[in-house]
Amino acid sequence: MTIGSLWYWIVAVMVTVYVVLDGFDLGAGVIYLFAAKTNEERRRVLRSIGPVWDGNEVWLLAAGGTLYFAFPQLYASSFSGFYLPLMMVLWLLMLRAIGIEFRAHLEVPLWQQFFDVVFAVSSILLCIFFGAALGNVVRGVPLDATGYFFEPLWTNFKLGMQTGILDWYTILIGVLALVTLTAHGSHYVGLKTDADLGRRAKGIALLCWPLQFFLTCICLVATYFVRPDIMQNYGHHKIGLLVPILVFSCLAVMLWATPKGKEKIAFIASGFYITGMLVGAAFALYPTVLPARDHQYDLTIANTSAGVHGLSVGLVWWVIGALLALAYFVFVYRMFRGKVQLGEGHY
Amino acid sequence: MESALLIHRIHFAFTATFHYLFPQLTMGLALLIVILKTIALRRKDPFYDQAARFWAKIFGINFVLGVVTGIPMEFEFGTNWSVFSRFAGGVIGQTLAMEGMFAFFLESSFLGLFLFGEKRLSPRAHWFSAVAVFLGSWLSGYFIIATDAFMQYPVGYYKAADGSLQLQSFWDFVLNRWALWQYAHNMSGAAITGAFVMSAIGAFYILSGKFVEHGRIFIKTGVIVGCIFSILQVFPTGDKQGKLVTDNQPPTLAAMEGLFHGQTAAPLLILGQPNDAQGKIDNPLEVPGVLSMLTYRRWSAKVRGLDAFPKEDWPQNIPLLYYSYHIMVGLGTLFIAVMVISLLLLWRGKLFHSKWMLWILMLAAPFPYIANTAGWLTAELGRQPWIVYGLMRTEDGYSKTVSAGNGMFTLLGFMGMYLVLGILGLYLLHREIAHGPAEAALAPAGALEAK
Repeated sequence: MTIGSLWYWIVAVMVTVYVVLDGFDLGAGVIYLFAAKTNEERRRVLRSIGPVWDGNEVWLLAAGGTLYFAFPQLYASSFSGFYLPLMMVLWLLMLRAIGIEFRAHLEVPLWQQFFDVVFAVSSILLCIFFGAALGNVVRGVPLDATGYFFEPLWTNFKLGMQTGILDWYTILIGVLALVTLTAHGSHYVGLKTDADLGRRAKGIALLCWPLQFFLTCICLVATYFVRPDIMQNYGHHKIGLLVPILVFSCLAVMLWATPKGKEKIAFIASGFYITGMLVGAAFALYPTVLPARDHQYDLTIANTSAGVHGLSVGLVWWVIGALLALAYFVFVYRMFRGKVQLGEGHY
Repeated sequence: MESALLIHRIHFAFTATFHYLFPQLTMGLALLIVILKTIALRRKDPFYDQAARFWAKIFGINFVLGVVTGIPMEFEFGTNWSVFSRFAGGVIGQTLAMEGMFAFFLESSFLGLFLFGEKRLSPRAHWFSAVAVFLGSWLSGYFIIATDAFMQYPVGYYKAADGSLQLQSFWDFVLNRWALWQYAHNMSGAAITGAFVMSAIGAFYILSGKFVEHGRIFIKTGVIVGCIFSILQVFPTGDKQGKLVTDNQPPTLAAMEGLFHGQTAAPLLILGQPNDAQGKIDNPLEVPGVLSMLTYRRWSAKVRGLDAFPKEDWPQNIPLLYYSYHIMVGLGTLFIAVMVISLLLLWRGKLFHSKWMLWILMLAAPFPYIANTAGWLTAELGRQPWIVYGLMRTEDGYSKTVSAGNGMFTLLGFMGMYLVLGILGLYLLHREIAHGPAEAALAPAGALEAK
């Protein structure tokens, strides 16, 4: 394995950690207006994610920074090519952050209702955007010989050579992401709260399951239809077959654990489901980092990674940084473990 | 100038300028809060604890705004400046990634504990979380400054076969001497903003006869810290920064000083308006020989003017660069005067009764923001026409695939978004200041008890 491949997997793992962690607070935002009816319940939801959401979101920034460091050419091409949706993601991230953080500053119903809707709507849209982004990366983008591309938000919603960000396939993946993170967030809220709120969260998780199961199957078939060549890696390396086994076992565990009220097991299974799906996508793409609609212009590990010396130096500080980050996370999650109590602190 | 280039430049300049209104305060306050917490811990003085809690709330609001306006910076390297990123990412990716791994994780993990964990933690552990937030935010500053320093004064790289820059020596790059001095100068500037804001609110409380005891703590802390850093800002950090510009960006120095024609015993221009068209300064007010002394340490030294360099290597916006630099230096000088006089009055025990000085301290709060912004404008306009000094021109670095129309769309979007964020932020800060520090002691994070 080359050092470029090593960094490919490091970035893939960081993105996965981001989706698993920020995924549950995004999901909590999705169900926020439906599961939490009273002000007191809404504060419980916010309290459950309040101390950790910012740290979770840092994984996005850290993954982005690491991507920039390891694959500057990929960062340059993809960020300029996905210009419009990325800017919208930024606006949504801003709105969501102030929705969470500014709501509690004023005990005024109108103020709080406004930020409730800001928080929920931005969470819902972010889930769909992130799914559609993954859909774009799997489907391929209109890269040309310059190594750049620019995608408008949509063209004709079909899979031609000049694709848009949104077409039927990427929207489908966006919906799968929304359902997946809704379930993920419901398990988390169910785990961290009790009484009516916890029951409603559990109810939403139960509703999500059949949707998640069928969408997973449909998306797998659709992906094979969109990119028939994407299964090659699975053909060459049988270890890849562990991915579908993991994904479907997790779904089975969620089906078993949710009605029994074993929220912790369901939540962990949901996390592994997300891990399976994302690692599966990374496994299928490897060693391509961004496929072109015309495969001769594919961006690969080889033609986008930074110099070998820089990548080797990076391994040293990355390992130190990751160990430190792990230590902080264990510490913070231990400090805020258990069911949410109101009455002290913010939110 | 090509319209897409102009849009992309304004896009970055606008978002970066707005963003930096928040970190300059939070980095300064992080230091001041550690000082307040340390005194509270050692003296067991509840007023210092209340003061720290009050400033933690101000810090929290600014921190949220700093984070949400900071994320776009990282994105814009790829979205708006993709050709530059492809060129320099092999080097500056190091510091940008390290910022995430070392600074953001540290800061975000302990910020939650610091802001919401006071009751769960022992006083010592809570003090430690304040120190961790301080370390995280100051580390973050270093990684960004090191990135900018590479663009100002590239070292530690080699040019690869495909024309991109790649890392040659990690330590040369990370310990770039430009970065060390720029960091010292910048962080001192942040401490000045924090100190001036703290003493301004202290003066406001004393003058309005509310929270007088807390106001005195704010002023005492703000004035002592402010005095130290106002002096450090000029000497040695500003002086060394100026030397680096003199030696490595001579056309920038000439433009900053408004020196169109080189001369021996060059004068220091105090006031005057640059006249681009005729290549001279209108209405000059100058002190003979001082510029030569400051730059080359000799009264008679020859300082090269803009005429010594080809016009295509001149910074493009000379008037704005000239004004930014003069505003920064002028305000920096006034800061020393304000803080030294305040400190003398404080030492003689007269400051809290000197109404005129309290008024000055109260009204001084906006000026460090102006000075810090002007300083960054000086650095970044002065770097022009280069995006990486001497290696890549700004006009070659922007995203060629992102049209002016798409750039304008998101620029307008950011302007609207930041207008809303700014109004919300000011409103919430106003509320916290009106609430004052005493209540913070009774009900931590006030408005939150279950209804």
